[in-house]
Amino acid sequence: MAKVLMKGNEAIAESAIRHGCLHYFGYPITPQTEIAEYMAKRMPKVGGVCLQAESEVAAINMVLGAASAGARAMTSSSSPGISLKCEGISYIIGSDLPCLIVNIQRGSPGLGSIQPSQQDYYQATKALGHGDSQVPVLAPSSVQELADFTGLAFDIGDKYRTPVMLLADGALGQMMEPVELAPEGQAVLPEKPWAANGHEFKRKRNIINSLYIQPDELEKTVLERYKRYEQIEANEIRYENYMTEDADIILVSYGITSRICKTAVGMARQKGIKAGLFRPITLWPYPKKQLLALADQAKKFLVVELNMGQMVDDVKVSIESKKPVCFFGRTGGMMPSPGDVLKAIESEGGAR
Amino acid sequence: MKTMRFNWQPSKKLLIITGHFGSGKTNIAVNLAKRFAKSGGKITLIDFDTVNPYFRAADNRISLERAGIKTIIPEYANTNIDMPTLPPEIYSVFKDENPGALAIFDVGGDDLGATPLGMFSPQIIESGYEMLYVVSMYRPLTSSAEDAAMLLSDIESASRLRVTAIVNNSNIGEATEPDTLIRSSEYIKQICSITSLPLAFSATMLESGNFDGIGSLLQMTDETRYLWKEPGVTGE
Repeated sequence: MAKVLMKGNEAIAESAIRHGCLHYFGYPITPQTEIAEYMAKRMPKVGGVCLQAESEVAAINMVLGAASAGARAMTSSSSPGISLKCEGISYIIGSDLPCLIVNIQRGSPGLGSIQPSQQDYYQATKALGHGDSQVPVLAPSSVQELADFTGLAFDIGDKYRTPVMLLADGALGQMMEPVELAPEGQAVLPEKPWAANGHEFKRKRNIINSLYIQPDELEKTVLERYKRYEQIEANEIRYENYMTEDADIILVSYGITSRICKTAVGMARQKGIKAGLFRPITLWPYPKKQLLALADQAKKFLVVELNMGQMVDDVKVSIESKKPVCFFGRTGGMMPSPGDVLKAIESEGGAR
Repeated sequence: MKTMRFNWQPSKKLLIITGHFGSGKTNIAVNLAKRFAKSGGKITLIDFDTVNPYFRAADNRISLERAGIKTIIPEYANTNIDMPTLPPEIYSVFKDENPGALAIFDVGGDDLGATPLGMFSPQIIESGYEMLYVVSMYRPLTSSAEDAAMLLSDIESASRLRVTAIVNNSNIGEATEPDTLIRSSEYIKQICSITSLPLAFSATMLESGNFDGIGSLLQMTDETRYLWKEPGVTGE
């Protein structure tokens, strides 16, 4: 497959279709509306369903329904819309259903702004739904990764029977880059023997449910689910090291911000500052061990995000507070330039 | 490498640039505006995009004004208003009788983006216009000549105007290779044949490449503002 030029949002949609997702339920919100628009154009041509629901709440419950019947299903939204979906996401977790939820983050809180942000880090990694729960969170940093991780998210979801979040931002959703897509019509979907898709009197009835009359039964399901979370932590951690081998100051950054940081690292190196970048790709499970491995060598860590420092505690816990962790970020839809990040590196001593 | 000639000239005082979203309309509009301004034209660039939240002509306001180009930009562009409204100042370009005056409309993508042209269509027709349709073979939804021609006719219906010529902007962004453009020759021929429209010119951001027989070629600079790139720095 040759490279094509796509907007981030389009790449998610086309990649989802090529990975066998024929059920999309959404509700428009800037800056992710192109996902729904693209689905509306393409789904009828591939025999799939693109349904604009009456609300975000309805859309996530349609995903619950389609996933219950064994379909590869997804929804997408942006920050305020994701908040509306959270109840449904908890039901999906409680029902052990796989699906993809895309969040193209925008400035918050409230209705906020339509510009890029990473202010939903806490929500995505700590409590995307109520109750004891975790959701694997993938943070792409290019249009190519948006396409690749869309497929990966579906596979992780099916393997562990869990919803998976693709956490990106408005800049990634709106920008255009070359991308190589998975081939068309070659998706291999796993068997789903648990699906409620008609027993035809040939097997036991499958029941999809998140309500338990007896608390001890509910406890059992939660404990069983946490065993799966341990498996996810053991198998699915992803990250990138960029010029960290000899780095004195290590930037920790994900998504679009990691690209600003890569440029800033290049600028710092030109000035003789030994800077490097550690990029978590899975935000849950967090690459704790991989970050800890850098703690003895580095003099300082600098977290850079488009929020008020939501990842700082994860970094401190990962490195067992062995070294100072400082923070630089912009919020509300504002983005720092590589020069701004360089200034932050220098004002933290630059560890020259 | 020989320099290719760009000899296409607008013949009316309104130049409307339409196409699929992501086909490169804004970059072409900004490059044309700067080129025509350099050769003495009295250029106005109208950010006519009411669908795209960011990465738009309004981002280039300062560099355009520095080049002596008047800009008409929606009041709320690049703010938090989802739907940039079109300013009444647009009507001024229909009344502009100065010789050498050229107003370039950078229209939003697809038929959706072209819809607001409809309300101005009587004035546009009366003033006299050319409407270019920008296509790229490497955009998946217009990668076949049939799909590209279908979208062209959707844009015509939405705008209540007729496309007068095709612009070939077949590129793959940073992955564009020397023969990327020439590989689209057959595709462009088919679109011209289906629509009975001429090719105005082709466009590229490469300084050199295989451009043999490509005809009039607009060699452009990249006017998209991606904040994370810093010239001369490795990493991005």
